[in-house]
Amino acid sequence: MKQIHLAAHFPGVNNTTVWSDPQAGSHIEFSSFVHFAQTAERAKFDFFFLAEGLRLREQNGLIYDLDVVGRPDTFTVLAGLAAVTTHLGLAGTINSTFNEPFEVARQFVSLDHLSGGRAAWNVVTSWDAFTGENFRRGGFLPEEQRYERAKRFLDAATTLFDSWRDGGEFAYRDEHFDIAGKFDLPRSPQGRPIVLQAGDSEEGREFAAAKADAIFSRHATLADGQAFYADVKRRLAKYGRTPDQLKVLPAATFVLGDSDAEAQERAHEVRRQQVSGQTAIKFLEQLWNRDLSEYDPDGPLPDVDPVVGENTIARGRASVRQHRDPLATAREWRELAAAKKLSIRELIIEKTARQTFIGTPSSVATQINDLVQADASDGFILVPHVTPGGFDVFADTVVPLLQERGVFRADYTGPTLRSHLFGEESL
Amino acid sequence: MAPGLHLSVALDDTGRHPSTPDDDSGLHTSTPDDGPGWHTSASDDGARFTPEYWVELVREAERGLLDFVTFEDDLGPVGRLDAVLVASRVAPLTSRIGLVPTVVAAHTEPFHLSKAIATLDYVSTGRAGVRVRASGSPEAARHFGRREITADTPLADLLDETADYVEVLRRLWDSWEDDAEIRDVATGRFIDRDKLHYVDFAGKWFSVKGPSITPRPPQGQPPVAVLSHASPVHALARRSSDLVFTTPHSAEDVRTIGAEVEGLLNFVDVVVGFGREDAPESDAFVFTGSPGELADLLVEWHAAGADGFRLRPASLPDDLRVITRELVPLLQERGVFRTEYTATTLRGHLGLPRPANRYAA
Repeated sequence: MKQIHLAAHFPGVNNTTVWSDPQAGSHIEFSSFVHFAQTAERAKFDFFFLAEGLRLREQNGLIYDLDVVGRPDTFTVLAGLAAVTTHLGLAGTINSTFNEPFEVARQFVSLDHLSGGRAAWNVVTSWDAFTGENFRRGGFLPEEQRYERAKRFLDAATTLFDSWRDGGEFAYRDEHFDIAGKFDLPRSPQGRPIVLQAGDSEEGREFAAAKADAIFSRHATLADGQAFYADVKRRLAKYGRTPDQLKVLPAATFVLGDSDAEAQERAHEVRRQQVSGQTAIKFLEQLWNRDLSEYDPDGPLPDVDPVVGENTIARGRASVRQHRDPLATAREWRELAAAKKLSIRELIIEKTARQTFIGTPSSVATQINDLVQADASDGFILVPHVTPGGFDVFADTVVPLLQERGVFRADYTGPTLRSHLFGEESL
Repeated sequence: MAPGLHLSVALDDTGRHPSTPDDDSGLHTSTPDDGPGWHTSASDDGARFTPEYWVELVREAERGLLDFVTFEDDLGPVGRLDAVLVASRVAPLTSRIGLVPTVVAAHTEPFHLSKAIATLDYVSTGRAGVRVRASGSPEAARHFGRREITADTPLADLLDETADYVEVLRRLWDSWEDDAEIRDVATGRFIDRDKLHYVDFAGKWFSVKGPSITPRPPQGQPPVAVLSHASPVHALARRSSDLVFTTPHSAEDVRTIGAEVEGLLNFVDVVVGFGREDAPESDAFVFTGSPGELADLLVEWHAAGADGFRLRPASLPDDLRVITRELVPLLQERGVFRTEYTATTLRGHLGLPRPANRYAA
């Protein structure tokens, strides 16, 4: 039986978080992070995962105000969590566009020392001038160069991670970076931090196959997951790597209930809270690329067409970039809405649904295990809809069932994140 | 005398290495800090890369009721853990003492550092400060590869850039009003976006749009410190900081420098190696006598205008323990130092009020 890997994603700025829930607490106070991470550690999860945003999102020229807004600094909060946990991996998203390799390598090696070998880096890239307006470098990067730069950034950082072999002396030069000097820190407890990667494009998959220890995907259903899993695992051989050297970890949410019917009902209610009428209109505007504020969210889709070309309505939001052919997508959405008689809000609820495990604890444990055993993934990065207590019931009910079935660890077997993922404490 | 003397300690690696020239202040000294040193610390060199080393030091300083500790950093060739991360690692395991890491203005992004210090303030529930330094180090510049810094780089430019840097940190901390998060279910709005502000900083070295992604930190503005040995840097301190570390060598010096940094909290740096005979060189005054003699000196310099002191132990943890267990009781007996913490935030210890937000109507 394959062993399942599980990670706890602290919700960032997205509409997953139901901030209007009476149990919702702060997403900024450190006590929320402590509660969340300690629950994940009690449940023996592999790691805690933190996303990043470097500019507040805007829509119609205004700061977006309907979702949770505001985040802490990634490294700083992870270093704080290292003090209140002992085994949980600490994974942070750090952008390779608006940082420098020496500083990032030093921060990750510091975090690895300060946590006793639990650091992980989710390498992401950005190129847009909108985010760049907050940084010295500005929005300088042509889109087609972003993976190139990310690869070179990771190469440079790896040179630094490995420089202890040469007494810290290093030199790295390519078309993006020209750095040299002394990186005089002892070897990181894991050898190098764990590297995660989240892109889904051809370049992203290739990058993960070449460089990453785990890939954070969107493909969490059976057929879709199996296709993605087979694709990325197949790519490993050309880099001299074996299939178990890259873990496939899709994102997923969950809703638990005392019966499957109760869980379904609760999940429906959660979706309604996540996608208010106003939120639905905002989503629709991102595809239509025009102001739709006059439309009724409980009415039909607009009969005007999307504005094709550069998206000017929403900025700082990754999902906007996924609408490559807005006219075709709009046509598809209209057909779906007509066939199922869906209002704008109902359609958006349907189109923005991500993989969710819904059911009793026993049913959810079965769903998770079945997907992993069927090679749709190696585990999941789970994001709850309530902060910070969203994992409490999961830890107490689902995890023991997975442990009983022998597919999830009863306790940590090593101190480092690398040991949780691969059984080896360090490289 | 009222218990108004402030006391802090510099936690620099395994102790101050005073045989090397002083390491910064925006002046062009590059500093291999690993030369033959004074430190005969019980802790071996590897210990300073473990969290336990730092936690024990800061807890010891907290037992001594000190206002804050500082953590050195310079992005140069001396192997150090990142100072902001060390401070954050220690924060949840302490409860009262202020935590002041050093950040380097020349190479790092002010947007990142602003949210990092704000987050340290959240992690420590109001105990963060930051010491900002210019860097004239060619070695540090080569680590980043984006700009050349040499002995010919004008000091005035480095200091002006540092002033811009602090201005951006401060604007970003204020870019969220304190009550911007409203969670208004009736209107569906999580924030009142009218209470978030673009900082729109445009300077010679960089520009930053804002707002921050991190809400205003608990202290509003974590205190900013600058180390200064010379007049041009005193000017930076007056422009940018709340407190300044200065390096007088006599009570008369304390008065002279005090006049130059008037309006700031003046913390006098003193290198301390109790009972040493091999007095080293340093930009700061080097003290090698007994705890009682140091208490005399601090009281005298306090009377001459020093608001407080940053003691720089020659050897950690040994000299720190003498400070907390012998010097502090002597200062308490003389009635010049607190006998318990009376505040929970760094601003509270320093007697600084929580500042109004510059953007609030």
